Amino acid sequence: MHCKVAEFTAHAGYQQVKTLMNMTPPLRDERATMNTSTTQRGALSIRNVTKIYDPEGVNVMAVDNCSMEIAAGEVCMIVGPSGCGKTTLLNAIAGFHSITHGEIFLDDALLCGPSKPKAEQAAERMVVFQHGALFPWKTLAENVAYGPTVQKTLRKKQALEKARDMLSESGLGNVVDKYPGEVSSGMARRAEIVRALINDPKVLLLDEPYRAMDALTKSIMHESLLETYDRTKVTIFFITHDLEEAIFLGDKVHVVTTRPCQLKKTVSVDIPRPRSYETQSSEQFRLLMDEVNEAVHEEAIKAFQAGEREMA
Amino acid sequence: MATQYAGGTTGHRIEAPTGLALLIYRLKEALSTPKPYLMGFGVFLWLFTYWLLCEGLKLDRFDKIPGPVAIAKEWFSYEPFQGISFFTAEYYDHILASCRRIAIAFAIATGVGVPLGLFMGWSDKIRQYIFPILETLRPIPPLAWVPLAILMFPGFEAPVIFLATLASLFVTTLNTMLGVQSIDEEYFRAAGCLGSSKWDIFKNVVVPGALPYIFTGLQISIGVAWFSLVAAEMVSGDLGLGYLIVDAYMNNVTVPMVIGMITLGFVGWFTSVIVRVIGNRLMQWQVKELALQGR
Ligand SMILES: Nc1ncnc2c1ncn2[C@@H]1O[C@H](COP(=O)(O)OP(=O)(O)O)[C@@H](O)[C@H]1O
Ligand SMILES: [Mg+2]
Repeated sequence: MHCKVAEFTAHAGYQQVKTLMNMTPPLRDERATMNTSTTQRGALSIRNVTKIYDPEGVNVMAVDNCSMEIAAGEVCMIVGPSGCGKTTLLNAIAGFHSITHGEIFLDDALLCGPSKPKAEQAAERMVVFQHGALFPWKTLAENVAYGPTVQKTLRKKQALEKARDMLSESGLGNVVDKYPGEVSSGMARRAEIVRALINDPKVLLLDEPYRAMDALTKSIMHESLLETYDRTKVTIFFITHDLEEAIFLGDKVHVVTTRPCQLKKTVSVDIPRPRSYETQSSEQFRLLMDEVNEAVHEEAIKAFQAGEREMA
Repeated sequence: MATQYAGGTTGHRIEAPTGLALLIYRLKEALSTPKPYLMGFGVFLWLFTYWLLCEGLKLDRFDKIPGPVAIAKEWFSYEPFQGISFFTAEYYDHILASCRRIAIAFAIATGVGVPLGLFMGWSDKIRQYIFPILETLRPIPPLAWVPLAILMFPGFEAPVIFLATLASLFVTTLNTMLGVQSIDEEYFRAAGCLGSSKWDIFKNVVVPGALPYIFTGLQISIGVAWFSLVAAEMVSGDLGLGYLIVDAYMNNVTVPMVIGMITLGFVGWFTSVIVRVIGNRLMQWQVKELALQGR
């Protein structure tokens, strides 16, 4: 019932904004214009985003009026209970599906908004998938070379050369010609990040990339990601429900509420970089853990009571 | 910093054997398991039962059927009593005729079925145009097409090839379509992120992603092609293994009949091995993945 009403008003609002947009030139946002002055790129601005799924007439509000600011070159961790709408938010940024209401900006360009409910998929926003989506029929080098080849930024041969170099740089030099099915999940995931980075994206979108990994592999993946970040300073939008991971990797930890997803609390992590594994045992780390834990736990209980089914 | 963890030098490795050494190694491996002995014994047991029924005990109802010894004698004879042996040109004419028809039928079915299936799986619109008709035609048994085929096509050759093509076309098309539909959505998304055009996605995701299903389909399809070919040859034909079998039956010579059957078995098996080998060639990624899982 509640959802129905919400959907109705959201839709009405959408129509209004749509007609408004048609009449008046779109308003420029101050924040977005501010960003253009700096050389850094990849600032994400999520404004009042609402997403309502409509499977068979049943409205599921996954994201409700959610706003978030992610500065250029920031590692932003999204933490929230399963099924709360984190993936939905990421999919909207990536352009895999439309949003019902609100707008998302990357730097000062509108990705999606009332005039354009679905963002275009583009190499400036690269996704690393939870289950890994390296093409199993291409070798690691071919996978990495794929982006520049189809975008025609490089010839196939040069792309392959660059792919090999980049893979070697990430310590995958001796498996470049193997198929994803032949290497460990850790290596595959690392190769997938290389496949994303070769396109020089503005934002890296990661959806629980290390969820299925054991703690030891995970710690290696973390160090490798941090090292990659220190090198590239690419903006990272990282979904997880592992709190230690969130604090260890992130500049900001955004705790979101249980479905529908809204920003509940933002915790800034002031641990200096480069970080190493020892940071995890520091007092500062423990205090941050407590702070995040408190916010998340509340939501976890709500989600549990709602019986939210976890989806990929 | 992180590089030191990457699968760098992890001690010494013994070189994997290649070429002849690999062959000998595999042979040794195989002979050290009970598998080849069991298989040999199984074949022997079947043959022995067959012999016992037809030639040893000469049971009632089995006495008209040629036994293994009679068949072997005839098959290897320079001057076969019943007209067909390894040393008669006629035998090879039949085999060649059938194989030629299969090759044509299978090529047409694959050449039409695979692209059709790919497009049907890829585009909802195309699927909606074609799928209902396909689903209605598919359950019609190939034999039911025989009269129509004879009316539609002139001569002996064309109707027979048409029938063989038809059955395998359905199998290939449907399996290919299922193959495309089985591809994980995330590969499409990943390809989209990476800046692919529609055509790039078709070449790099749709086709390779559907290959495993396509080749499973082709294996079945070549079997189905043989099935309908022989049926067609038995009804309307002038040559071919199916024709050899009915012709022998009509003329009351039973040995060529059985020789025809056994030959069909071997030739059919051989063609399906060819399809499998080609499939494995094209899907090295899958072969290697499965090998790691010990399959
Ligand atoms: N395609 C869809 N159709 C309908 N409901 C969906 C769809 N995708 C996700 N949902 C629902 O939206 C909610 C949020 O899902 P999701 O964004 O995947 O959560 P998270 O990634 O935070 O675990 C869940 O309740 C889920 O059941
Ligand atoms: Mg999710």
